[in-house]
Amino acid sequence: MHSLGIAFDLLFGSPIILYSIIGLIWGIIGGSLPGISASITMALLLPFTYGMAPVQAIVLLACTYIGAEYGGSIPAILIRTPGTNSAAATVIDGYEMKRQGRAGEALGISLWSGVIGSLFGLLMLIMLTEPLSWVALAFKPTSYFALGILGLSVIASMTNGSLLKGLAAAVVGLMIATIGTDPISGVTRFTFGSPELLGGVEPVLIMIGVFAVSELMMQSGSKGLGGVSEQVRVRLPSLSMMNRLKRSQFIGCLLGTFEGLTPGGGGSIAAFLSYNEARRWSKEPEKFGKGSEEGVAAPETANNTVASAALIPLLSFGIPSSNSTAVLLGGLLIHGLLPGPRLFEQNADVVVGLYLGSFIATLAQILVGILLLPVCVWLVNRPRAYLAGFILALILSGIFTLNTSLADLGIALGMGLVGYLMRRAGYPLLPLILGVVLGHMVESSYRRSLLLSGGDHTIFLEDPIAVGLLLASFVFVTLSLVREFRDARNAKLKDAHA
Amino acid sequence: MRMRNSFAAMLAAAALTAATQVLAQAYPTKPINVIVPYAAGGNTDVVARIVLEHMGQTLGQQLTVENIGGAGGTTGSNRAAKATPDGYTILVGQMGTHGAAPALYPNLPYNPLTDFEHVSQLSDTPIAVFGKKTLPVNTLQELIALIKADPGKLNNGHGGVGSTSHVSCLLFTSMIGARPPQVAYRGSGPALNDLVAGVHDVMCDQIPHTVPQVIAGNIKAFAIATPERSAAIPNVPTTAEAGMPQFVASGWNAMFAPKGTPKPIVDKLAAAVDSALKNPATRKKLEDIGAVVPAKTGPDALRSLVASEIEKWTPVIKAAGVVGN
Repeated sequence: MHSLGIAFDLLFGSPIILYSIIGLIWGIIGGSLPGISASITMALLLPFTYGMAPVQAIVLLACTYIGAEYGGSIPAILIRTPGTNSAAATVIDGYEMKRQGRAGEALGISLWSGVIGSLFGLLMLIMLTEPLSWVALAFKPTSYFALGILGLSVIASMTNGSLLKGLAAAVVGLMIATIGTDPISGVTRFTFGSPELLGGVEPVLIMIGVFAVSELMMQSGSKGLGGVSEQVRVRLPSLSMMNRLKRSQFIGCLLGTFEGLTPGGGGSIAAFLSYNEARRWSKEPEKFGKGSEEGVAAPETANNTVASAALIPLLSFGIPSSNSTAVLLGGLLIHGLLPGPRLFEQNADVVVGLYLGSFIATLAQILVGILLLPVCVWLVNRPRAYLAGFILALILSGIFTLNTSLADLGIALGMGLVGYLMRRAGYPLLPLILGVVLGHMVESSYRRSLLLSGGDHTIFLEDPIAVGLLLASFVFVTLSLVREFRDARNAKLKDAHA
Repeated sequence: MRMRNSFAAMLAAAALTAATQVLAQAYPTKPINVIVPYAAGGNTDVVARIVLEHMGQTLGQQLTVENIGGAGGTTGSNRAAKATPDGYTILVGQMGTHGAAPALYPNLPYNPLTDFEHVSQLSDTPIAVFGKKTLPVNTLQELIALIKADPGKLNNGHGGVGSTSHVSCLLFTSMIGARPPQVAYRGSGPALNDLVAGVHDVMCDQIPHTVPQVIAGNIKAFAIATPERSAAIPNVPTTAEAGMPQFVASGWNAMFAPKGTPKPIVDKLAAAVDSALKNPATRKKLEDIGAVVPAKTGPDALRSLVASEIEKWTPVIKAAGVVGN
């Protein structure tokens, strides 16, 4: 009741609505620019929060985070460039829908799913912060290793019919993940004396390279200058479509909450796992990869759920689960607020303000999306030659902003060539991305576990979470292999009958 | 002829000094870019932003933070060392980039002593020794006895090779003559998470991020390695009180400018730091996160601090055989 009073005071006695909406719009703009991550978008705002009241500053930053997580899907759908790491899975069906002239529909689905995800995460945050906060502590290095393996098991069902090619692509991804300073011993690996590679290769460079740059290369090989004629209007899903998306959104909500609670995530694993599970439980699994609406809804629900759920370990322990929540933690500390159980008692206005601001931003997302997106759709419907030049300039400047490093540009362009050659030779790109994103986590958690056990592998069997996740990975891989084998046999039988 | 040359040289020197003075008086005429060589939201970033906020008011220009992380903070520090020395690019470094780095990185592309103009120390962030809450000991001496009783049993978690949490525990364990197994994490946040969860046993770290955990009783704080107790966790004894006065360490933060930055500009920046640290609101913000306003500020004090820190950390790091690249 006391919280309700604070909420009313904030709503009518402070400019909290304004700050929520400004944060949301800024977040959507930053998140949709390739290379500018959610955390950079938030960090750019930090100096402007100095003079603000703490509650306004935190609302502004948190709403920027919500906006950026959603914004990342816009270029993923429209120009095959994930704006943030967690939007990589959205590229698969989102861009396919755009190619079919259904960009407005894809953007509508991602908008709707983002709202559902944010609301669900927010509900978890408000209702279950205390019981759920302990999940973060239950996750040990052994569990993270198993979670990484579970993520990698998705590869088995993303191989486009050739398991061998899929595995080869994944191995290349895992190899890229080993570049840089060894996370455990500090020895440098495959840096060839280059200081730029000491910190490893940022996954976003690989994603932009293999998805966006390779797409520009493919397009430059095709004839014609015309844009795609399609409706500019953003179409929110109809009631029957909302009904169809329910299942995939539910999967996204569950997996997104799970990843948000476990530090070290950041949204990409939940997005990929949700995509995979949505396909497994879908009534139309064959549409995935060919412009499936559920294929957009699942990862977009998941990564938006993560943005809200990640606030649970942050507020209860002061433990940031991603770079973005680390910036939010910085924002709290700069304003003299210490996260932890005492925050809820001593600064209830900040906590209630944060809930309220996030809620306002989530609802405003629909309105802002409907107003903002037609401009983006119009923009990507310009003649292809101009558009390609514009996209190249956009992604190169985005990458350069990341670290103001020319080496980063070289890596992204080089990976563009690798992606182009892989697509020409029929190698799937997603296993490579998963290898890059998860390689570091799998390797460092595995070695950290063995350091803790003194080299004894039975440590993995002593952790029930790890055992559960490893068993799940085994089941997923087996089911995928069986399905692939059955499909191949059915195709052969069909040929024989024909 | 020689006399005429000398006269010309004197005239040129006088003109240069006058020009620099004029330049410094006008400085700053545009926003100042401050490189923080770590990610946004981290300890150095937060300390920098708190001090810069007040400096902006004093100098009448905004000081904008550019986070350039990577390679233990040396990438951003190197970028600052090579920047134009006009006062518009400065660096907020710390113990890792300017104290431990020369020993950690044999190919360090900058010299912390000779490649910078030393502006001023910004804060001292005390280091403390922490343990998981289920450890059956309550004092530093009991912890030391426990570590030594079974040398391989207690694991020491840290935030990555060369991090403050890593090298400070190397100093601690070398002083007690032990070498517990090291478990590296990617940043002190995940390491702290696993200490709270009881996955590893002992950790040394700067206190800002650990204060909420200590207050909530999620971890044990055995001793703080500074001469004075911290206002943020006043119940935790100093290492001197706990019987180990030789273990003194803190993860300080300080401001540097590229070598060749005119002295009047360096002095103006140092004065702005000084005025920020004297401001009660800024002091309170620093103290709230567990940082301490340094006893000595200004260029000379910082220069001697950097020299003494390099001297302190180099033998510890070399003896442990730790290499950062």
